[in-house]
This record gives sequence, C-alpha cells and structure tokens, in this order.
Amino acid sequence: MTEQLVTHGSTLPPVAFRRSLADALEIMHGVDAVAVEERAASLAKRSLKKEAKVQGLNLAISMIDLTTLEGKDTRGKVWALCQKAMRPDPSDRDVPHVAAVCVYPTMIGFVKEALTGSDVKIAAVATGFPSGQTFTDIKVAETRQTVAAGADEIDMVIDRGAFLSGDYQKVFDEIADIKEACGPAHLKVILETGELANYDQVRRASLIAMFAGADFIKTSTGKAPTNATLPVTLVMLEAIRDFHHATGKKIGMKPAGGISNAKLALAYLVLLYETMGSEWMNADLFRFGASTLLNDILMQLRKEKTGAYQSGDYFTMD
Amino acid sequence: MPRLNVRKTYKLYINGEFPRTESGRSYAVMSKGGELLANASRGSRKDLRNAVQAARKAQSGWGGKTAYNRGQILYRIAEVCEARAAELIDELRRAGSSAAEAKREVEQVVDRWVYYAGWSDKYPQVFSSVNPVAGPYYNFTIPEPTGVVGVVAPETPSLLGLVSRIAPAIVGGNVVVAITSESKPLPAITLAECFETSDVPPGVINLISGIKSELVPWLAAHMDVNAIDTTGVVADAIAKVQQTAAENVKRVVHFDGASIGWNDARLSQSPYAIFDFQELKTVWHPMGM
Amino acid sequence: MKAEEGSFFILHPSSFILSDIMSTTTIETRERLTPGAASSAISWDYAPSLEATDHFRLASRYNLFIGGKFVEPHSKKWFATINPATEATLAEIAEGDAHDVDRAVTEARRAYDKVWRKIAPSERAKYIFRIARLIQEKSRALAVVETMNGGKPIKESRDIDIPLAAAHFFYYAGWADKLEYAFPNRNVSPIGVAGQIIPWNFPLLMAAWKIAPALAAGNTVVLKPAETTPLTSLLLAEIMQEADLPPGVVNIVTGAGGTGAALVSHEGVDKIAFTGSTDVGKRIQRATAGTGKKLTLELGGKAPNIVFEDAPLDQAVEGIINGIYFNQGHVCCAGSRLYVQESVLEPIIRKLRDRIMTLRVGNPLDKNTDVGAINSRAQLEKIQELVDSGVEEGAEMFQSACSVPDKGFWFRPTFFTGVAASSRIAQEEIFGPVLSVLTFRTPEEAIEKANNTAYGLSAGIWTEKGSRILKMASKIRAGVIWANTYNKFDPTSPFGGFKESGFGREGGLHGLAPYVKVS
Repeated sequence: MTEQLVTHGSTLPPVAFRRSLADALEIMHGVDAVAVEERAASLAKRSLKKEAKVQGLNLAISMIDLTTLEGKDTRGKVWALCQKAMRPDPSDRDVPHVAAVCVYPTMIGFVKEALTGSDVKIAAVATGFPSGQTFTDIKVAETRQTVAAGADEIDMVIDRGAFLSGDYQKVFDEIADIKEACGPAHLKVILETGELANYDQVRRASLIAMFAGADFIKTSTGKAPTNATLPVTLVMLEAIRDFHHATGKKIGMKPAGGISNAKLALAYLVLLYETMGSEWMNADLFRFGASTLLNDILMQLRKEKTGAYQSGDYFTMD
Repeated sequence: MPRLNVRKTYKLYINGEFPRTESGRSYAVMSKGGELLANASRGSRKDLRNAVQAARKAQSGWGGKTAYNRGQILYRIAEVCEARAAELIDELRRAGSSAAEAKREVEQVVDRWVYYAGWSDKYPQVFSSVNPVAGPYYNFTIPEPTGVVGVVAPETPSLLGLVSRIAPAIVGGNVVVAITSESKPLPAITLAECFETSDVPPGVINLISGIKSELVPWLAAHMDVNAIDTTGVVADAIAKVQQTAAENVKRVVHFDGASIGWNDARLSQSPYAIFDFQELKTVWHPMGM
Repeated sequence: MKAEEGSFFILHPSSFILSDIMSTTTIETRERLTPGAASSAISWDYAPSLEATDHFRLASRYNLFIGGKFVEPHSKKWFATINPATEATLAEIAEGDAHDVDRAVTEARRAYDKVWRKIAPSERAKYIFRIARLIQEKSRALAVVETMNGGKPIKESRDIDIPLAAAHFFYYAGWADKLEYAFPNRNVSPIGVAGQIIPWNFPLLMAAWKIAPALAAGNTVVLKPAETTPLTSLLLAEIMQEADLPPGVVNIVTGAGGTGAALVSHEGVDKIAFTGSTDVGKRIQRATAGTGKKLTLELGGKAPNIVFEDAPLDQAVEGIINGIYFNQGHVCCAGSRLYVQESVLEPIIRKLRDRIMTLRVGNPLDKNTDVGAINSRAQLEKIQELVDSGVEEGAEMFQSACSVPDKGFWFRPTFFTGVAASSRIAQEEIFGPVLSVLTFRTPEEAIEKANNTAYGLSAGIWTEKGSRILKMASKIRAGVIWANTYNKFDPTSPFGGFKESGFGREGGLHGLAPYVKVS
C-alpha cells in the first residue's frame, strides 16, 4: 500500500492527500444501466459537420495509440506501423501524427529505432497482458524491464480475478506497486470492462485504479469478446470527473478495442467534450486504442477535402 | 412460338433461407384434376432438427424485441401478403380452391395478420395482473413466451389454417417450426417468401413440407420443443402425440378448426390463442422505506 | 417554405466545467479549471447542422378541415402562425368561429351516424393503421414543421413527438376490433361526437393522443389545435385525406380560445377531452356541468422529482435535466420541484451546474440543439414574471451562461436554490425551463412535501433501493410515477393526473374508457 504526497494545481498550494482504497470507495455510488445507455446513445446522435468534423477527425488521429498486439508481430510489421504512426497520410501535411505506438515489450527496440526523431510516444503492454494471470513480482519486474527498454507509457491490466472475488485491496496494491515500478513512465490501467459484468463495477474499478495511482484508465485489452463501449466510457469519464473534484488530479481516459470507424471516434469525442469539457480534449488526457480506425479517419478526411466517398484501395494497410 | 415459362422450385424455409431438404427427396403435389403441380421438398427429421436449432437460436432475440416492434413486423407481413395477394390466390387456385374461395382465404390471411399484429402490445395488458397480496409486497403476474412451438398445420385451409396457428404463437414472442399441409404445401412456401421480405428475423418462422406421418413423431419427441400445436394432426394420431409430448412436458394445444370454422373470424382468432403459448411469471418485491 | 435557417448562429455555452462559478461549493483541494487556460486545451465547437427544410412545401394559407375538405372560415379571417425562434410568419391559419364549429359538429355527427359507427371494427382498425403508416412515411416533414411552428428542438420532434404520434395510432388501431377484451362482460359502444382541445407543447402528439382512441372506439372527432401551433394538425388533416378516411370522421377547426369555448358549449358534442391549464380546465368543467357531456381533463402539474442519497447520482442529474429542460420545460408533467436529500445536496448542485452549462440553446432546427425557443411571447412573459418573483422572494438563481438570439423568444435554463416551500416558484406551474431546488431529510418528509400541492400529475423517485421505490410510489398522490427515469411516454402506458391535474387517462387500455359507453 502506497501513501504519497500529491501536489496539484498551479494556482493553489500543494495539499496533502492520502490515497487509500477507502478513499476510492468513499465516492462510490450506483450507476443506472438504462439511463447511462440512454445518455450515451443521445450523445452519439450529435451531428458533426464541416470544420467541426475535420477538427474532430484530426484531433482523433492525434489521440490514437496505434496498436499491434499479435503473437505474430515482427520487426517488419512494427516498422511499417511506425511509419504510418509518424505520417498517417504522406500526401497530406495537415494530418497530425498519432499519439503513440502500442506494442508488446519485446517490440520496443524496433519501435525506438523506427520512431527516432519523432514525437510519437512508445507505449507497451505489461503485467501478464492480456489476462494478468501471473505473479505480482513478475508483473513488477516486467514493468521495470519494459520501462528500461524505453517505454514512455505502460498499459497494465488489473487482476480481474481478485476484483470479481471482492479482493479490492489486492487490486489496489498491485496497481500501486506497478505505478512505483513505472518510475517516470505513465501508467495506463486496463480494467477489461467487458469482464466486469456491470457499470457499478466499472465505476468501482475506475476509482480504485485512480486512487491507486493510474495516470490513465483504459477500458479493454482488445482481447476480450466485449471491448470499449460508449456507456462504459461515459461511466469512466464520470468517475474521472469525480476523482478530479475530490483530489484535483486530472486522469486520462483510453477507450480501446472495437473503435474502428471515424463516426464512432467522433461520438467518443462528443462524449468526452460534453462530459469533461475542453480541458480533456488532448492526447495528454484522452487516447484511442485502435488499429483499423486510422484508415477510416483518413478516408473521411479525404472525403471532406474532395467531396467524394473513398475506397480502401487508396490507403495503405499498415 | 409461345414463350416457355420458368418454373419455381419449392423448397423448405429454415433460418431465413430456402434450402432443399438435406435428404434430397421430393414428393409429387398434384392438382385437383390430377396433374403434377410441383415436386415439393419431402423434409426429413434432420431438416426438422435444423429448423428447431435455428428457432431456438432466434427465440431470445425475437422474444426480446419490444412488443411494438413485433407488432410492426406482423403488420408488415400483412402489407406484403396484401401486395402479393394475386400470387397467393393463384397458388390456392392451383391447389384446388375456386376463385372466390381463394380470394376470400387470402383476404382473411391478411386480416388475421393485422388482427394479431394489434395484439402484440395488448395481450400482456389483458393477461397480466397486480395481485393484492396480504403483506408489504408488490406482486404481479405477467405472461412470457413458452419458447419453441411446433405447429402441425391443417390440410385445409392450407394457408389460413397455417397462418391462424402461427400468428398467435409468434406475436407472443415464440418461434415456430411448422409442418405444412401435406397435400397442399405450395401456398405455404410462397407465403414464406412474404415472411422473408417482411423483416421477420431468420429462424422465427420455419416451414417444413413433407409427409406428416413421418415428421410429426419427431417433432412431438424433440426435447427442445416447448409446445406442440396438433391442429393438423390426423385424429387417430393425436393421442400418440400427446403421450410423446409428456417426455419433456410439452404444452399441447389443439384447435378444432374443422368444426369451429376457419372462416368465422370471431371464433377462429382470439387472444386466448396467444395465451395458449404463454407461461405466467409472478414476481414478489418488498415495499418499504 | 421560408428560408430562415441561414440567419442563425449556433449558441454554445462558453465553458463546460465551471468550478470557478461554484462560489458556495468550491472544494479547497480542487484545481481550478479556467477554460482555455491550459495550453493543450483546444476549442472545439459543433458547426451548424441544420435539418433540411427543402423536402416539403407548406401552403401559404390553411383553411378549416370540415367534412373531409378544406373550407374557408365563416369569419373570412385568417391569422398568422409564426416560428417562435425567428418570429417569421410560416402560414396563415383560418380563424374558426361558432358557425364553423357548428358545421364541423354537424359533419362529425353525419359521419358518425352514416358511416363510422356502422363499419366493421376491423375495417376501422385498418384506417387507423393507415394513418399510423402515413405519419411514419412523412415523419421528417412533420418533425421539421413541428419544430418550426412550436420552437422545440428538431432532435425531440424527430425522435420523440412524431414517432410517438405514429405509435399511438398503431396502438389504438389494434384496439378497434378488440374492445370486448378491454371491458369484459359489458356491451361496448362509442359515445358519438368528441370535441377535443389540445395544447401547444406537443401539437401532433397531443392530436394523436386524442384522435387515435376516439376513432378506435368508433367516435368521430372535432379537434381544436392550439392557437400558436396549428400546422401539424393541418398536415394530419391532409394525411386523413390521403388515408381515404370517410369525410367528417375527423374535423379540425383552428382558432383561439373562443373557438374552443364554442366547441365546449356546442350541444351536438357528446364528449369533451381537454389538455391544457388547470384554470381553463375548471372553466370547461363548469361549462359542461349539467349537460350530460362526458369529460376528461389533463391539466397542469408541479411535479416533485425526489433524489435520495443512494441514487445513481450522475443518472439522477440527467433525469433532473431531462425532467425540467425537455421541451423548454413546456411539459405538464415536468419535474419542476426537485427534492434532494440533504446529504447529497452538494454533489447534486455541483453536477447540475456543470451539466446545465453544456445544454445547447439555440436554433431549434439545429440537430445539436438541446433547448429550443419558448413557444410564444406571452409564455415568455409569464416565465419571466414568475422568475422575477423568485428573485424577489429571495431564492438564489443560477442560469446557464449561454447567449440567446435577439429575435425570437428565449429563456436560459435556470434553477433556484434556497427556495421556500411557500414561494410562488415552488407552488405555481411555470411551464418553462425553470427548476426549484428544495431539500428533505427523511422519506416521510419527502412524501409530505411532494404531496403538499393542489396538483398530482407525476413524480420522480431516484434511489437504487427497489423496496423504497415501490413504497414511495404507493404514497405519492400522482398519476404517473417515474423511478430512476423521467418523462417517459408510451402508447401502452396510461397518463393522467390526480387532484387538480385532471381526471381520465390517455394511453393504454385505460385510455379507451373515456371514449366508450359500457352497458
């Protein structure tokens, strides 16, 4: 269990804040499933046109953690992905680079090499990803080694087995340990919401992760049958908002898995904008974990420029 | 030289598709005058099995749709049947009905769909209750679909009889595997084309043509069929079906259309036909601060 | 169609997370968020996304719909109907008088005697199904006209008003040939000619609520739409023609209060159904006294929306917002009295303040608009007067910081805290986007306060405890109780009030009763 002094806020003096599981559970309250789904669905109906759409799409690109997490990943695959990450559309200079490339730890060396000289961050999954079913010592060691290998960001998974059996303290402590092992690297905590059964659990896990030291909370590994959804993201954002109110600390949000088209990405941005405001509208506080999303956004951007619907034949597959 | 017409192959209707029977068999369907109308698919027990599987898979989705949505789909069936009335009338005439009979039967088919479409969001209001139990509890009883319903359609009226039995089953959220009229299966297969263009989800209605004496025992014995409608089972086989049904306590329903009269809407359609394929669920909940 | 949408600019809240305006509840440890302060923050706003208006055409003048035809009014007078968001004239509407009402009632009577009571119920059903389908087919045009004439956001008319109107016709169509199951062991017959007077807050939906059950039960109808929102009723008249509904079965007489009064007092009318203010409802009840006319009234409300400490707080806030700002608060069942358990007052007020700032107020035709225009100048003045009284009586007012256009009728989403139970804003129906926040400590206190009103239309309860929901529901004297939701409507679900909120139900099986004689 970790206790830390947290400083925050540029205009206010630092305030001591002791983080504990009890603090997390203190601001727990229920989530009504029907109502949260209705709210998410109504936000998804926002209609984005013209400049707002282009701005949103470019913003979305800048928030992407371009991801490949396959057993069959190779140096070649990762190299190609990095090229795409740095220059998503070589024909269009207005298109920004993505936020990060997200890979397994053993790929970090190749990524570093490929990304040399770019601002694109290196993210790596760790802690026995995706199941998390290994020993805490190994998770901590894996994290240390991954950071040492050059990861700017660590995407860890929580121990869902412990969480679902009610051992919240174990979940909390493990996150705190991993956070410590991260050192300067940012920690994204994957809740694997598709395995958490309901929105109350999503909120509870979100609060535990944040109070234990997460810099980001993330929905999914992309390896479970259910990945990110709009209502789950809304519940997590509301938890981030409450955590911010309670502690002054801003936590980032990363929906991951299943966000494969531009329209859906814009719906996520709407959710973010109308829940958290402009403050959160940047890659420091919001990321998309995605692989195929990028090309669809590029096609939409080209459509906005040319006025014609696009074909996948004209966009590289990496 | 007159143009040679293209004949339609009559197949089964399973899971929203029109497969030939897996058995590869067919049987000759003859007109009143004794000429060959078509070689209908002679469905097998394996076709039945496939149909029940498809139906079971479709049930939770269909039963889970809003009553309004189910009503809209049934109403859509009526619209499509009306639009294709000429085709359905033609089928009935070829099967032996007079022009007037065929027209009347198809009109009633359409009206029956409209009638049951209207019940979709009303039968729960008629058959539910709030029960004033003696205690601080809120207690209510609601109907729920029984599940997969096997329907044996009567020989005649081949179309109205089939529709009169499957409409009340599906409006209540059940899914149906029906054995069509053995002697006049062709109108039913054309009717399936109406289902297929009416937003009826795959598997909700499945139609098997064939020899009843061969198929009915398998339907009656199927452990994943929750209810069986014996309306089209020959009288001396009904007791056997009822006995077989006991194996998994199937609900057995029978409508004596021949004596009651299929044509009298007042007698041959009612919400009780829906109720026959419903289970009742009672819920207790405390009331307190 | 007037091309007016180009003149709009989108109104947007100047910021979202407004901890800096939370003077009373700022938490010491909280970082202040000033919009635009962080270098990485971007300013993103939705570009205008206007619903198209070029796919249909409004006539420049609409006459009365009597006996299946559009006929000129006896008065030879027409009045302008406007778009409350721009004050531009949309069309001229016939001013019906007592002569016209008489003509309409005569036609309705003739249609009732000669046609409608005689045809087979299953055929009656098919006409009503046709109407439902035609509304679905023309849904977008109806939604746009509803929004232009009434000021409500297009997302509401598109997703709620019009689909629900169609659904009501669908639902009651099905009842036409099944009435014996609604009233077992009785002979069911229609009443005759129904006079129906509807309000301006849900124009087409209210027309559907009135006409659908009346027709299903075999009655004929004379409908008087609200003075400010007649257009969709007149488009509905065109739909009746397209459906080949026999002439005279539905008649629509437009006009102001006097037209409605003439309908109420007409001797040939067998039944009056009225939705509107409690004041007018009382006058109608007096006017029909002793005439033998059957009467149903759906009147005002001042609904309590009760939030317990164990509520799902974020969804409760959504429910509060939806409860009072839906349709600019022009909702008889609006949750206008918020009762919050004292232990969660701070987070609720904080979240409410944040949320109110995200409401997008502006051009109702913009697909992203959450709060549209106030329906009329008169209504705007009434809202303003009541809000002024709230300020005078010492309540603390919080208003969205959004800007509003110069033209048209607008009112910023508003709520009051520190409201005395005796104050006018806690007692009177405001019928606008104005919420009064009050508190309670125990469930018993909540029940007492909730019931302490002359009204009894609806109520909201927010708690995760099912047992408490049911107990509260049993104690609150109101016709509709929403638990962990608010402002939900469905054709199968009866709607109507206790006490001075009226009597009779619309919707559901019970909505048939006002339109039948059982013997």
